[in-house]
Amino acid sequence: MIAENKVIEVKNLTKKFNNLVAVDELNLTVFKGDIFGFLGPNGAGKSTTIRMLLTLIKPDSGTIKIFGKDLLKDRLSILRNVGSIVEKPDFYGYLTAYKNLEILGKISGIDVSKKLIMKNLELVGLAERYNSKVKTFSHGMKQRLGIAQALLHDPELIILDEPTTGLDPMGMKEIRDLIIYLSKDLKKTIFLSSHLLNEVEMVANRMIIINKGRAQVEGYVKELLNKNKLFVSIEVEDGQIAFNIIKDSRWIDSMRNHINNTFEFNVEANEIPYLNKFLVENDIMVNSIIPKRSLEEYFLKITQEANNGRFNKN
Amino acid sequence: MVDLIRIELYKIFKKWRTYIGFIALGILVPLIHIAMLIEGKTTIDFMTRNIQESFVLVGNLLNTYLISYIILTSLAVHIPFLITLVSGDLLAGEATSGTYRLLITRPISRTKLILVKFIAGFIYTNLLILWLAFLSLVLGYFIFGSGELLIIDGQMVIIFESNDVLWRFLLAYGFATLGMTTVSSLAFLFSSLVENAIGPIISTMAIIIVFIILSAIQVDFFQNLKPYLFTTHIMSWRLFFEQPLDINEILKSGFILLGHILFFFFLTLTLFNKKDILT
Repeated sequence: MIAENKVIEVKNLTKKFNNLVAVDELNLTVFKGDIFGFLGPNGAGKSTTIRMLLTLIKPDSGTIKIFGKDLLKDRLSILRNVGSIVEKPDFYGYLTAYKNLEILGKISGIDVSKKLIMKNLELVGLAERYNSKVKTFSHGMKQRLGIAQALLHDPELIILDEPTTGLDPMGMKEIRDLIIYLSKDLKKTIFLSSHLLNEVEMVANRMIIINKGRAQVEGYVKELLNKNKLFVSIEVEDGQIAFNIIKDSRWIDSMRNHINNTFEFNVEANEIPYLNKFLVENDIMVNSIIPKRSLEEYFLKITQEANNGRFNKN
Repeated sequence: MVDLIRIELYKIFKKWRTYIGFIALGILVPLIHIAMLIEGKTTIDFMTRNIQESFVLVGNLLNTYLISYIILTSLAVHIPFLITLVSGDLLAGEATSGTYRLLITRPISRTKLILVKFIAGFIYTNLLILWLAFLSLVLGYFIFGSGELLIIDGQMVIIFESNDVLWRFLLAYGFATLGMTTVSSLAFLFSSLVENAIGPIISTMAIIIVFIILSAIQVDFFQNLKPYLFTTHIMSWRLFFEQPLDINEILKSGFILLGHILFFFFLTLTLFNKKDILT
């Protein structure tokens, strides 16, 4: 992928709340046309990351580039091309759906005609309720209105933070279909946050899994979810020297993560001895090789750990 | 910018709480009018009891000017409460309803957002004072007519001729707007710090009440503090009803209030630009 195709480029992004590290040295790249799944258990740092992408909160360190521009320097021009839903869809409940969209369109600086508003309401199936106050809407309807407001100014990039939360299976399917339509037909780039692996699997082409604020794996969904492949965690004596050797080898394609002296590879089980052989032959001292499980099992494990942690606290 | 202010005003006037102030004044002022219709004569007799032996008071003393003056004095603490109902909600209301996220993810700078909301709050404050002026002066005129304004301030008795009063009232209402904008700015500042409108309302009112109490305590320490408290200057609209007019004192109070407004505004701006939106 060439640099011009990068829609989002996050480097070493870190955010702390007092002593809690919500996002820790996060790196990720979203390319033009991607439906990028941003996956992690509850409390993994997804919403904090999204809030930083949308300038709701400021990072402690690291950089965010969107459309190749620095977010903090070119905030306004970037946001003109970004639509979003952050967590639950909240609106001015005392105003109608139509008026909410009209106000938000005007604040975005676009020429909001009745035709434009109705087109977006029709897209999300709310045209008949255009004159109803939003406080009378169900959660699902608000979620759909959220998508309508995100699309109102025809943005290139759409950031959706758990858009199917609280929806029934039919509502979830409708949102998924809409996401696919936005990507395939309207050529939008979509950044989709979710804590549901199967949801990401159904719509995304690329994804990243984060846990405790750190990236765990990143890559193409099909490849990552290949059940024949295992995740192998390899700890070496000197991570930097090892990386210099790996980056020039065929193993770089299988490498999913590198933190200090630990590497994660996504390889088939019978390839593990060859990977080990390659490292040893290149004078890399291997301290340990821990085969993990498939991505699905791995994700289930970190999700369970996150939930256990939450229950233990209570 | 004008469009954004219009939107903000639309939002303000679509909320029920906005009308509480207008309704409260719309009930209170006519009630005072009715009370004065019934007992106005007795009130004036009571007010002038110490001077009746020395002076013969003629003409229509129970007029719209006297009643407007009494209303303006007696509502000095109540109007700030009505102001904070809206100003305290300007930012905190967005936090409560979760709509901060909608606003800040739009291509609009936080500075502009604050400025727009502040101006909308200022316009609301003006409208409320204008409403008070209308009810007191205009409605009062139709009920009581005009006449000389009699003011008794301690040992001083000042009587203004009827053609010398209206301009004083107009300037007094203007000054009251400045005072109420100070209150509005303080509530706006608190509104930027919290996620619920109740906090800014209570905090602002608490500060006003504490300052008024401190000003009333006849101890040197508090009396030395008094000129620096904005509550002292909120009541400076009374200076327009002095003879001769103390321009220097009026300007001093005006600048002190303006200084407070600017300080509260820029503090809000600084804090809000650094604020992490977590709601």
